[in-house]
Amino acid sequence: MNTALTATDLAAWLHRCAALMEAHAEELTSLDAAIGDADHGANMSRGFRAVDGIADDAAAGGPAALLKKAGMTLVSTVGGASGPLYGTLLLRMASAAGDAESLDAAALGEAFAAGVQGVADRGKASPGEKTMLDAWTPALEAYRGAGDDLAAAATAGAAAAAQGREDTAPLTATKGRASYLGERSVGHIDPGAASTALLWQALAETVTGEESR
Amino acid sequence: MKKLIDAVDDVVVDALAGMALAHPESLSVDLEHRLVLRTEPKAEGRVAILSGGGSGHEPLHGGFVGHGMLDAACAGEVFTSPVPDQMAAAIAAVDRGAGVLQVVKNYTGDVMNFEMAAELAVAESGTEVRSVITNDDVAVEDSTFTAGRRGVGGTVLVEKIAGAAAEEGRDLEQVTEIATRVNERARSMGVALTSVTVPANGKPSFELGEDEIEVGIGIHGEPGRHREKLVPAKDVARRLLEPILAELPGEGPVLLFVNGMGGTPLLELYILAKDAHEVLAEAGVEVSRHLVGNYITSLDMAGASITLLRLDEELTALWDAPVSTPALRRGL
Repeated sequence: MNTALTATDLAAWLHRCAALMEAHAEELTSLDAAIGDADHGANMSRGFRAVDGIADDAAAGGPAALLKKAGMTLVSTVGGASGPLYGTLLLRMASAAGDAESLDAAALGEAFAAGVQGVADRGKASPGEKTMLDAWTPALEAYRGAGDDLAAAATAGAAAAAQGREDTAPLTATKGRASYLGERSVGHIDPGAASTALLWQALAETVTGEESR
Repeated sequence: MKKLIDAVDDVVVDALAGMALAHPESLSVDLEHRLVLRTEPKAEGRVAILSGGGSGHEPLHGGFVGHGMLDAACAGEVFTSPVPDQMAAAIAAVDRGAGVLQVVKNYTGDVMNFEMAAELAVAESGTEVRSVITNDDVAVEDSTFTAGRRGVGGTVLVEKIAGAAAEEGRDLEQVTEIATRVNERARSMGVALTSVTVPANGKPSFELGEDEIEVGIGIHGEPGRHREKLVPAKDVARRLLEPILAELPGEGPVLLFVNGMGGTPLLELYILAKDAHEVLAEAGVEVSRHLVGNYITSLDMAGASITLLRLDEELTALWDAPVSTPALRRGL
């Protein structure tokens, strides 16, 4: 893979995301059944199946056009809280990408930072509340800390996202449907953090060309 | 899962298609956007009222589309908020030049999607959109540390009373004020006797023993307060009414709304209504209006919720106003 991601590379990332959401739909739904309303897997796989369908055509317009179209598609198809959150993430990434033809490690980091800020704004959430931010925040930090090598950065980000996913288990939810469980949410992994870890896994696999599982 | 479901992915569209067939004189359905609309739209210059949410709570919201109540309802996937495109299509369909009030139950997904829809509507057509977020459920404690109280039974009362105000020709500000007032004066709490089974998941969402009840349940099976052994219906009424009365604002007569969760027969709901009436009488609370039935349900969950609304003269008159919808019909 190159040192910078073109729109075609980003489309490959989104295709890989769709495949992983499909493969892990049941797992995401089980996590959600424990503390939410048992629809996260179905919603994410439906949304990313739609993104899968538009990604190649949308990539013709460049990275920003692709990210914008993918974000709108998620907002239009996912529903629940995840639709606006993941949709806002990609829409903010699109704005940050501007008219760049490709995104190097630093530019992609900027885009992710803008996207994660969008998630925090839309969800009025901050890290530590047992949400997808608890995977996004450490992932972004690890990604940016890994330097200019895109493969190394994406791999570090994916590892941190996976760890962030695990680290949501001991937290008490104060946002979203799980918040109604209060302390009874402790011990369960947050489904949004789990789907976020899949997006990072897809990125690492796309950048390195290796499928981890 | 033993259900009359042909395809799990199609439950919402199939149900909407059946609803359109069952009510040809009053409803039309937009299957592409999953909207329930009035066949005869409201007159120009009247405020339109839009609601929606995850499916599985029928008759909420589509069953309340009609004269004196909603102008449109957006149906999401089961227990999943509809998406902004649906609300945007609904806003365009129902706007009569006087603005649109969105009635939104306080769930993170619903709030975010309706918020995005309002932003889109303002950006695209300049339609004035207001929202009232219902949050009448007292079961959720420490609400400042959660996503806040859930919107449950009070939502039906907001839709009825605000719907009457809009039908009378009041302006957007007045209709919004009335909807807000109903929400502020309504308090609810629910109890589950069995779990709910979400079609996409196919198995019960939570485990509840044969002799156990979950007190303070939400409309998706989310727990709220505690679990205990089944007690007589009058004690169930007490368990629900005591926390409601502790937080019900104002003074004077109330509307008593005994709601079924979908899997409890009307026979039992009337028993609970009688018991609730007695508990309220003991507490010195006068019940001046009643509503008993399955109005905001939770698929196949057995259980019930009680909502009290502290009435005033204006709210009582609007509650009494004629309404004609598939699920609530009176005076027309």
